[in-house]
Amino acid sequence: MYDVTIIGAGIIGTFIARELARYTLRIALLEKDNDVANGTTKANSAIIHAGYDAKSGTLKAKFNALGNPMFDKVCEELDVPFKRIGSLVLAFSEDQMETLGELYEQGRQNKIPDLRILNRDEVKAIEPNISEYVVGALHAPTAGIVGPWELAMALAENAVDNNVDLMLNNEVIKIEKQEDSYVIFTNEQQIKTKYVINCAGVYADNLHNMVAKPSFEIIPRRGQYFVLDKSEGNITNSILFQCPTKLGKGVLVLPTVHENILIGPDAEDIENKENTETTEERLCYVMEASRKTLSNVPFNSVITSFAGLRAKPSTEDFIIEESNQSKGFINVAGIESPGLSAAPAIAEYVVNMLRDMDGSFKLNEEFNPIRRKMTVFMALNEEEKKEIIKKDPRYGRVICRCENITEGEIVDSINRNAGARTFDGVKRRVRPGMGRCQGGFCGPRVMEILARELGEDIVDIVKDSKKSYIATGLTKNNV
Amino acid sequence: MLKYDIVIIGGGPAGLAAAIEAKKNGIDSILVIERDRELGGILQQCIHNGFGLHIFKEELTGPEYAEKFIEELENIGIEYKLDTMVLDVTDDKIVNAINTKDGVLTIKSKAVIFAMGCRERTRGAINIAGSRPSGVYNAGMAQRLINMEGVMVGKKVMILGSGDIGLIMARRLTLEGAEVIGVLSRDNFAAGLMRNVVQCLEDYNIPLMLRQTISKINGKDRVESVVVVNLDENKKPISGSETVYECDTLLLSVGLIPENELSRNAGIKIDRATKGPIVNESMETNVNGIFACGNVVHVHDLVDYVTEESRRAGKSAAGFVKGELNNNESFIETKPSKGINYIVPHKIRVENLEKSLELFMRVRGVYKNSKLVVKLNDKIIKELKKRHMTPSEMEKIVINKSLLSEQKDAVLTVEVVKEA
Amino acid sequence: MEKKEMVCIVCPVGCRLEVFEDDKSKSGYIVKNAACPRGEIYAVKELKNPTRVVTSTVKIKNGLLNRLPVKTDGTISKDKIFECMEIINSIEVDAPIKVGHIIVENVLGEGVNIIATRSMALAEKE
Repeated sequence: MYDVTIIGAGIIGTFIARELARYTLRIALLEKDNDVANGTTKANSAIIHAGYDAKSGTLKAKFNALGNPMFDKVCEELDVPFKRIGSLVLAFSEDQMETLGELYEQGRQNKIPDLRILNRDEVKAIEPNISEYVVGALHAPTAGIVGPWELAMALAENAVDNNVDLMLNNEVIKIEKQEDSYVIFTNEQQIKTKYVINCAGVYADNLHNMVAKPSFEIIPRRGQYFVLDKSEGNITNSILFQCPTKLGKGVLVLPTVHENILIGPDAEDIENKENTETTEERLCYVMEASRKTLSNVPFNSVITSFAGLRAKPSTEDFIIEESNQSKGFINVAGIESPGLSAAPAIAEYVVNMLRDMDGSFKLNEEFNPIRRKMTVFMALNEEEKKEIIKKDPRYGRVICRCENITEGEIVDSINRNAGARTFDGVKRRVRPGMGRCQGGFCGPRVMEILARELGEDIVDIVKDSKKSYIATGLTKNNV
Repeated sequence: MLKYDIVIIGGGPAGLAAAIEAKKNGIDSILVIERDRELGGILQQCIHNGFGLHIFKEELTGPEYAEKFIEELENIGIEYKLDTMVLDVTDDKIVNAINTKDGVLTIKSKAVIFAMGCRERTRGAINIAGSRPSGVYNAGMAQRLINMEGVMVGKKVMILGSGDIGLIMARRLTLEGAEVIGVLSRDNFAAGLMRNVVQCLEDYNIPLMLRQTISKINGKDRVESVVVVNLDENKKPISGSETVYECDTLLLSVGLIPENELSRNAGIKIDRATKGPIVNESMETNVNGIFACGNVVHVHDLVDYVTEESRRAGKSAAGFVKGELNNNESFIETKPSKGINYIVPHKIRVENLEKSLELFMRVRGVYKNSKLVVKLNDKIIKELKKRHMTPSEMEKIVINKSLLSEQKDAVLTVEVVKEA
Repeated sequence: MEKKEMVCIVCPVGCRLEVFEDDKSKSGYIVKNAACPRGEIYAVKELKNPTRVVTSTVKIKNGLLNRLPVKTDGTISKDKIFECMEIINSIEVDAPIKVGHIIVENVLGEGVNIIATRSMALAEKE
């Protein structure tokens, strides 16, 4: 029997799993997809918000303020890219300057440090490419950017390093409440567990309704984005928000931790929790809206576009509590923005809550918070490059020409705990196929390496989900 | 630090021809660096025929064409390194590379020739809406998988883009047992060669779907269908004209882009139209002693022209090393005029021409019964009648050196004039 | 008399040919707009007995790659292409192999061979 079963291996589920691994517990982490970080975590703005935006007194405000300062340490421990680059909320009129004043005040109430209102010239000095229509900005130096799926993958790996059982392709079908425990039925198996933590993202309401009467609803709110080539990476060095208006929050322009530019998102409530399709109409809107921020947005350098779903709660605030109808079932639901920023603080809070509830948790003295470092070949100096190729010649073979990623890095990403098993899994961990050719050259090589390392046939390598086969067979085999 | 007279980056048709020609012009210290496991470049996956009619006066397949050069390269003893990736080239011609055997290589060279070729435009670059399932391939990647790895990419296939790779792949897929629904072109003509429309599509009754494009991809795990929309005369989608085609695969053949990341880092100026380096008559870039040739300069449709151009680069690089290349500051500048998209080379130092100048260019649209008019400082020096011109077929004009010799710091233009 | 329009596929120039029936000429046709004599030959053949070169791959054991490219060393009847493919698909060769090596002699009895279009060395053992 498991002590705790976490349903959903997104940023919240993986954070909680790793936090729980500090105790000597049997922990299961269930994920319905073929990889961790495959839902909202892989398609969002990747921002660690400073924390002025959430209404004071809400859980969003509380956990954002607590979460933001925790990132330096956890990203250091897990070797995940994180940069505190600061954010600017741009005002385009005097009216909007008033809104900035309100945000500033809210930020003070939320105890966000170092906020400042800048005039036009001060903004220009920080970001020279900014549109001529900008009249001022709210500057929040503590805002940052992170690799969100890299973080969740690193958390999952570190959790598994510390004996958490990760079970992919386990979709929860039914949950039976027993006297002091639960039986979780997945498409693969039955799992008995004392506690259940519901981190199922857009499906959190469905999960909750398996053990209790409906008390909240999660509405998938889709957002669409563009990614620009690295060659445009210097058009902004900060996260650029537009001042919120009655019409909406506007779109963002920001650099990613890998020096691409991310532009988006729009916001659209939809019905289908699987619908991450992009639409021409909405992408056009994003394109137009971003032109307000920068005088010239180089859309001829777009390398890809994507859509993600936010898990919008009907209650408007995060839902982080034990179900009052079902003891031992804990909801961590409706974690929309600033969910990523709040995640470490939420995890700590949830684990402490569980510990206090149970009363018998013991610290795991063997817990190791450090994840083995990822070798980014191109980030090494010449001596280090020589050294590593001598040790493992596969670091001397570049597979991805766009980002100069070596076979050594790809093999390592496959052979780690919670490692890559799919084409997209390799891509998200070490980035071949993330560059401007989007896998055109390296695709066949990555498939070959995956097949070799996993001991599978190349025909059985999938892009992402189990059913997303790449090859339909071998040539010459129909005879 | 290793030292060579000439380092050539890329062992495809451009790099091979440049290396051989440099050697023939008296340079012995040459190194070809290739990132793949063998020489030959993309030719090794182009197993169809149609190569070599100009150079060898016979019709060869891609691998046969490559092998002729590889054999010659080995016979005359030119050094090469496979599976080796150049990470950086400095403007003083220090090449940094890595491979599994040597580790980190630092090479000082007197001249460098860029011959890295091009890459395919992707779905992201053309922004097709919809989901992101498996089964969306760049045509070149599919070609490699099928022809070299023996991996089949689909059973029922739609092809977006009617360039030569798209047409060739339509036939390849059909011969390997797939059903090709059609080949889509945004224009009212195919982007590839007419002969390929005939022998790749018409022979197999594959529809060429003109003035249509894909507006959406459907399918959660694997492609399930695509939405095809008609385009009006301005290439804008006509709403209400959408048709859904069931298929498991979408091949994209939507253009090639010269691969110039190394060039940019070396401080080489890039032409916005070709997306390749600005070069002179000797295929030398703005950085002294760094040359470029083949698809890294501009995307060619015939490998034979790549070979010719690269031979020129190889010979010039040899001349540069020997101090024989005239580095006169005054030159004729070429400028595309009406109806012309680009001209290569961009600058001409007449002293370095042998007998004649070869100009390569692409027109902007389809022209029937027109002529190409070459002017030097607004004076017509050559006219060429053309029955048929399209942007997908590169035009070549040869101009006798004597027509240029008296001119310095002049402007040479080419324009399309419709015949009455 | 009937006019037939066709695109010559002999080389990449792609001449847009016009063909007229003509009892007086030796071939029975007059071909216009061909830039070279091969175009005339092509046009007549295309009307009487169209033929094509087939290029494909065969399986190869122990080679650097999994497939070896091949072609017919002359043209075969257009309506026999798929028959030819069936033969090609059933073959497996062993590395090493030299370019030009005959893989199937006189395929389909049309006097044309299937030959290797590249050399392939043995796979290197890692």
